[in-house]
This record gives sequence, structure tokens and C-alpha cells, in this order.
Amino acid sequence: MNAVSSSVSRFAASEFFHNFRRNSSAILGSVIVAMFMAMITIGPWLVAQDPYDVAQLELMDSFKPPAWLDGGSSQYVLGTDGQGRDVLASIVYGSRISLFIGLAAMLGSCLLGTTLGLLAGFYGGRLDSLIMRIADIQLSFPSVLTALFLMSAFGTGVDKVLIALISVGWVVYARIVRGSTLREAQKEYVQAARVSGLPNRKIILRHVLPNVLTPLIVVATIQVGTFILIEASLSFLGVGVPITEPSLGLLIKNGFDVLFSGLWWISVFPGLFIMLIVFGINLLGDFLRDELNPRLK
Amino acid sequence: MTLPPSRPGTARTDAPSPLLSVRGLKTHFHTFGGVVKAVDGVDFDLAPGEILGLVGESGGGKSMIGFSIMGLIDAPGRIEAGEIRFEGQDLLTLDEAGMRKVRGKRIGMIFQDPMTALNPLYTIGNQLEEMLRLHTGLPAAARRARCIEMLRDVGISQPEERLGNYPHQFSGGMRQRVVIAIAMIAGPRLLIADEPTTALDVTIQAQLLRLMKRQVEQTRASLILITHDLAAVSQMADRVVVLYCGRIVERGPTSQLIRGPAHHYTRGLLDSIPHEDRSQRRLHQIPGSVPNIRKLPPGCAFAPRCRAAQPLCREVEPVLTEFAPGQAAACHFPLEAKL
Amino acid sequence: MLGYLLKRLIQMIVVLWAVSVLVFVMMSFTGDPTYMMVPLDATEEQIEQARRLLGLHDSHLVQYWRFLSSLAQGDFGRSFVFRQPAMQLILERLPATLEIVSLAMAFALVLAIPLGVYAGANPQRAGSRAVMAGSLVGISLPGFWLGMVLIFVFAVKLQFFPSSGRGPTQEWLGLRVSFLSWEGLRHLILPALTLSVGTLAILMRIIRAEMMEVMKQDFIKFARAKGTDRRGVLFKHGLKNALIPLITVFGLMLGDLIAFATLTETIFAWPGIGKLLVDSIYRGDRPVIVVYLMFVAFMFVVVNFIVDMLYALVDPRIKIK
Repeated sequence: MNAVSSSVSRFAASEFFHNFRRNSSAILGSVIVAMFMAMITIGPWLVAQDPYDVAQLELMDSFKPPAWLDGGSSQYVLGTDGQGRDVLASIVYGSRISLFIGLAAMLGSCLLGTTLGLLAGFYGGRLDSLIMRIADIQLSFPSVLTALFLMSAFGTGVDKVLIALISVGWVVYARIVRGSTLREAQKEYVQAARVSGLPNRKIILRHVLPNVLTPLIVVATIQVGTFILIEASLSFLGVGVPITEPSLGLLIKNGFDVLFSGLWWISVFPGLFIMLIVFGINLLGDFLRDELNPRLK
Repeated sequence: MTLPPSRPGTARTDAPSPLLSVRGLKTHFHTFGGVVKAVDGVDFDLAPGEILGLVGESGGGKSMIGFSIMGLIDAPGRIEAGEIRFEGQDLLTLDEAGMRKVRGKRIGMIFQDPMTALNPLYTIGNQLEEMLRLHTGLPAAARRARCIEMLRDVGISQPEERLGNYPHQFSGGMRQRVVIAIAMIAGPRLLIADEPTTALDVTIQAQLLRLMKRQVEQTRASLILITHDLAAVSQMADRVVVLYCGRIVERGPTSQLIRGPAHHYTRGLLDSIPHEDRSQRRLHQIPGSVPNIRKLPPGCAFAPRCRAAQPLCREVEPVLTEFAPGQAAACHFPLEAKL
Repeated sequence: MLGYLLKRLIQMIVVLWAVSVLVFVMMSFTGDPTYMMVPLDATEEQIEQARRLLGLHDSHLVQYWRFLSSLAQGDFGRSFVFRQPAMQLILERLPATLEIVSLAMAFALVLAIPLGVYAGANPQRAGSRAVMAGSLVGISLPGFWLGMVLIFVFAVKLQFFPSSGRGPTQEWLGLRVSFLSWEGLRHLILPALTLSVGTLAILMRIIRAEMMEVMKQDFIKFARAKGTDRRGVLFKHGLKNALIPLITVFGLMLGDLIAFATLTETIFAWPGIGKLLVDSIYRGDRPVIVVYLMFVAFMFVVVNFIVDMLYALVDPRIKIK
């Protein structure tokens, strides 16, 4: 009996341990994302200055290293750039732009891709082949390159970045939604709804759509991270956001010019923050994938 | 199904030195739903050249006996206790490197599904030859000659050309012949066949059973035939061990056990075999199904499905008792043996 | 077989045609290239004449036709900036890009295969969890930023490696390459390493997932029952099966490397086609952008074709029809 109880307690411990372990990465991911959300909402009230208010900038304080280094001041924890702008304050404001672009582009892609996928899957025929051929061709091109090319045609701007990201982001949703719509449309309840004369629009919205959304959650989560990275790449190349609305990627670009003089903090810290937020998002995405698709575990 | 009759006189249960001797084997699986006692205290012996049938319903843990002998139990499974003495050596004391010298070379194994047992990316020649590379020092030309000979032995025509073919170019029955060839080519003393014909057409089943029987007879190897098919066992095996929920419920010489089963579970299994001479009668089925092996009832595990169950059966677990020479059953109220 | 090749060839042409339409449409929206051609103090008449020379007064359809037929004749236009054929510019810089892309791919494969096999074969071990966490970091960081950090640490601070440029090159199989000399190799290492990180991380995760799937298969257990040692089970029976799905993503990986090479080359001032593209975008050098895109599209189409062929070669179950 002792052996049984010890094996039972060991099993309880291992299940507990397993759950804890599996959740701990999800918890870490949620904490990181929540901290970023807090930072971009209340951050502007906490940081020393508004980096875009020229009146608040002290040129005397330019190129100050982080507070813990020689010559650093506790006023600027992560140092300052060439205009005396607080690096931390720039990061707080830059994170807002980066996250906004990531989220908005994801929502736009999801909306566009889901709509096209529903139409392609539900109506089939020429519309279907047209949409899917475009998707195929686009998939044969790396998204960064397509976005870079589009931005080179559009010029800089937050709205233009959004359009470029949505143009490359919709494909993945369209493919998934089309696949599940095809499966769903075969099912009896949809057939019954069709026979009963319900208009197609209502069938799609009421019956098909709710049943094809689950697999999109994982894709959407991870895409926010991907978009933040692509936006950073575009802005770094100078074809993303304008200098009046600097995202984290543009902050890195600005710091790159002075990196060789040893002024590393101006570009290194924004990059660390990009890595942190995307890492948090990816942790959440991994967790969601395991939960929503047990087969992939 | 016409198989050669069982060889008389090979059922030497009292042989001085058995080839394989399993004692108190317990193989448990620690899953999150509870501990599954797939094998729960199993004893049996196997004489050289003997064919033993391990019989039970699906999910009865009988395959796990085969994998335990091979040392192929993976987490969450574990061999908790017992002894597996093979040619005088306890396999459970061997480390992984030691077990590798046993697997394939001294004990061969045939898997249930020939469609998945072969690696799809290598020719069958390569997979057959791998055994000789691993377990013999034969030079390349001799290995190839041996592979061709082996394929011919298991009834594959044009073996020279077939060596260069991939598994998907073979039918299920032919693949299982290849699997048998792989299991036998290194000259093992013991062959473990885990439901070797279940996945195949009925028409091919008898052919393959006959092939296996011929193979072990030619090489004087022993065979453990793990199956739910008592009809196949009755024509192949010298002795039979019947398992239920990880435990032995009955064992004995084949003909004796078929004629006069003592355990009600064995009786039920026998009744569910279609017979030519009583084809008009309705087939019997054991009522109910195998209980949740994580929560076995106290007493006899078969009691809930047993027509003869008494209150005693639900309280006290019966022990395996010999009541006729060589035949033993774990039942409080055994059927009368017809000797 | 011949029918299949013909079908693939038609598919390839259709894709390239679609890309040409997209490129043309996008380029027509990017404003007037005339100002690139004329001096700053040009008069109205001079501008008008340049416009006529460029054929900008014709309808878009006529312009597209002219664009397509000159492409078909092998005339890819001349760079506004360099005043030489755009194709020649691309071909001159191609070896430099191929060099870092190949080296990055090699880095990624050499590290991702053993790590992915290890993590997939022992998913519960602490080492596997570390590998997975590391790969997640690799996916999450911006590659160009990592390149900058490497420059700062290894070039600016430690001065192990040069911070930019390509260094000396040698002729090798008709290409100018830098990996043959120590000095050239020193220039090559940081950019190739930077470029490889993202691909390495993704490959590792794919190989791990495939290995986990393969290790559950019966033939793995059968291989163990044959007495095969751990290495034989993992690498002979496991890895080969796990690599087949990897072949299909190889084309995508290569595409990503070429795309991210634009960033890496910009940071390290590496004179490849990626840096040429970024410079041309800054300068509005339209013919070069167009040729870059058409060329890269052509490359992807060819690579995908080779990948499909390779797939059929490695997996005996697939027959080309």
C-alpha cells in the first residue's frame, strides 16, 4: 500500500509540476505583454520628458550614458541621444507606435483575409481560383521583400506601413479560412440552412464564420510579433514610419549612426525592448497553439 | 485454416533449463489519469523450441510482455518488478548497450502492422542487411547472398531484384514476410510475434502463421505468439497462457486447455470462435467489455462479466492453482476439466 | 516526365508574368521618374522632351507592352544612377550575396540539425527546453539589431573582426569570392552569422517538431528491436524521415535569407544585391529595383522547381508524373 501511495503522490507531484512548467512560460509571456501594455498606457506620465516636445529637450544633456555608467545621471536611466532625448522616454513612445502598428495590421489582415477566405471557400469557382492564385504567388515571395517593395513605392508613413503589412499578412488567414469553410460548408447544418432559403450572407456570418475562427487565434497572436519585426526592419531601412513618429525600429536606425563612436545605448535598448515584446508574444502563441491544437503538442 | 498439428512431446513444462523464464513481471504506466498496470505479476517459462501462445482481448496488456522482454518500454511505462531470465541471464539487469546485443541477435520481434514497421525511405535490402551489419562480421558479398537466401526462405520470389525495392512496392502480406525475414536473419533463439497477422487479410493469415512455424522449427528457435486469436493459437502453440487485465487467468498445454478450459474467461474466448461443425449455432460473445484497467475492482477482475460469479469472487482475488497436470487457473469456481 | 517539365515551365512563366504586372503597376504609381533623368536646372521644354523620350505620354497598356517586350528581348533597362545596364549591376553584385547567403544557410543547417534532433528525441530534458527557449529568442529578435550588437562587441570593442565591407576577393569557379583568404573570411563571418540566426531558430523548431513526430512511428521501435544503436535510430532512421518535410520549406528559407540579406548587407556595407536594392530605393533608381525584383522572382521560381525535384529524389514514394 505504501508503494501505491508513494506512486500516487509522485504522480500528483509530476502532474502539478508538468502543469506548472507548461504554464510558467505562458505566465511569463502574459506578464511581459501586460507590462508592455501598462508601459504604453501609463508610461508617458512616468517618464521624465516628452521626447517630441522640443522645449523639454536639453542639448546640454546629449549623449549621456545610462545611469549606472560614468557620466550617467539618474534623471536619464537609459541615457540620452544626440538631442538630449531620454532613451527610455523615446522607447515608451516608440513602443506605442510599434505595438499599434503590429496590432492594427494584424486586425486588418485578419479582417481582409477572413473575408476573402470565406468568399473563396463558400462560393468557389473563378473567384476562388483568382484569390488563391494571388495568394500562391504572394507566398512565393518573402513578406519582408514584398513590404519593402511596396513601401519603396508608397513612401514613408504609418498608414502606408499598415497597408503594406496588411497586403502581405492577409494570405495566411485566407488560406486557413478557405480550408475550414470548405469543410464546414459540407456539413449538414449548413446544407440545411441553404435548403431553408436563408440568404448566403446570413449563412456565412451566422453559421460558417463562428466555426472557422479558432485556428486563427494562434496565427493572429504570432503575427503581431512578426509585424512588429517587419515594421522595425522597414523603419530601419528608412522606408517605414516617418521621423516625426519614430517606432522602436527607427530609434535603432537613429542610434546606428553613432554606434561606431561607442554610443551603444541609443540603439541597443530599443532593440532589447523589441526582442522582449516579441518574445512575450511568441511565448503566448506557443502556449495557445498547444492548448488549441493538442495534436501538435 | 489448416495448419500442421502441434508437435507432441515438446510441451516440456518441467524442462530443467528453460530458454526464457519470466517471474513476477510488473510493467506499469504512470499516466496522468492513473497508474495502468498493463502487466501485473506474470510468471511463465518457455522451453527451447517451444511455441507459447499469449492470449487475451485487446488492451489486455499482452503486447507489453513482449516489449518488456525486449527492453523497449518507454516512459511513462516502467518495469516495476520481476525477473526475465533468458539463457540464464536476467535481462532486466542489463544496461542499454547489453540489451542491444540481445535485441535482433538473440531475440527477434515481429510487429503487428507491417505497413508501418518498415522505414519507408530505405530499400528492404538495406533494412535486411542492417541486421547482418549490426550482428555479424560477414563481408558485403556474403551479407547480400544471405539476404537473398533469407528472402527466398520467407517466400518472396525474385529476391535479387526485390532487394532493391522500397516497402511501398510490397503488399501488406509481403511486407510482413520481409519483417519475418528481418527478425529471423540474425538467427535468434527466441522470436516474439506481436499480433503478426491481425492487420492482414484472412486468406494471408494462415500462410504467414505456417511460415513462422516453419521458420522457428527449422532453426529450433522458440516462439511467443501474442494474439487475441485463440483459433490460431490452437493450431500453432504447444502451450497457452491466457491473460486478463495484466494477469494470468489460465495456462496449460494447448490441446488440454482447448478441450477443457477451467476459467470462465477462457471458455468465453473459445465459444466466440466460429466452428465449421457447429456453424448454425449462434456465436457466443463475452458480455461487457474489458474494465477500466486504471480502476480494477477488488477480487477477480473478470467477475463483473462472469456468469458464474459469486459474492466471494468480488471480494477475494483468486490465485493461480494447478488442478490438472500442467494446467492451472485463477478461479474460485473453475469449470470441470474434461481430461 | 516531359509533360511534367513542360507543365512546370508554363507555371514558371505565368508566375514571372504576374510579377512583371505587379512590378509595372507599382512602379507606375511611384511618381514621375523624369526628374531623375534631367539636371536640376532643366527647363520645361527639356523636361517635356525627356518625358517623351521615356514614353510617359503613351497609355499604360502601351507602356506595359513596351516594358514586357524589352524584358523578353533581354533589355532590362539602364540604371539612372550608374548609367549602365541594370542587369549587369545585379550580376556584378550577386556573388557577394550568394556568398553570405550560402554561408548563413550552412551555419544554420550545421547547428540546427544536431540541436533539433536532440530536442526532438528527448523533449523532456532540460537541455531540450533550453534549446527551445533559445530558438524562441532567435525568432523574436530583430536580425539587423543583432548584427549591430555583434559589430559593437566584436568590431568596435574587441576588434576581432572588421566592422564593414567585403575585404579582398579571389576568383573561384568564375565568381569573385572572399572566403578563400583569412582577411576575406574575417569580413564574412559577422554578416553570415547575423543572417543565419533567424533561419537557424526556425529550422531548429521545424526539425524538432518533425523528429518528435517521427520518433512515435512504428519503424523507429522496430529499428530499436533490431538492436540498432541510438545514433543509428536517430540519424539513420529518424533524421532522414524528419528532413523530408524540411525540403519543402528550403525554398522559403532561402527566400527569407535573400530578403533579410538586404538588411544585413546594409548594416555591414556588404556590396551585394540587397544593399544595391536599398541604395536604389533611396535614389529612386527604378530600373534597378525592377530588375532586382524580376531577378529574385526568377531565382525563387527556379529554386522551387529544384526543391520539388529534390523531394522526388529523396522520397521513393513520390513519382514525378
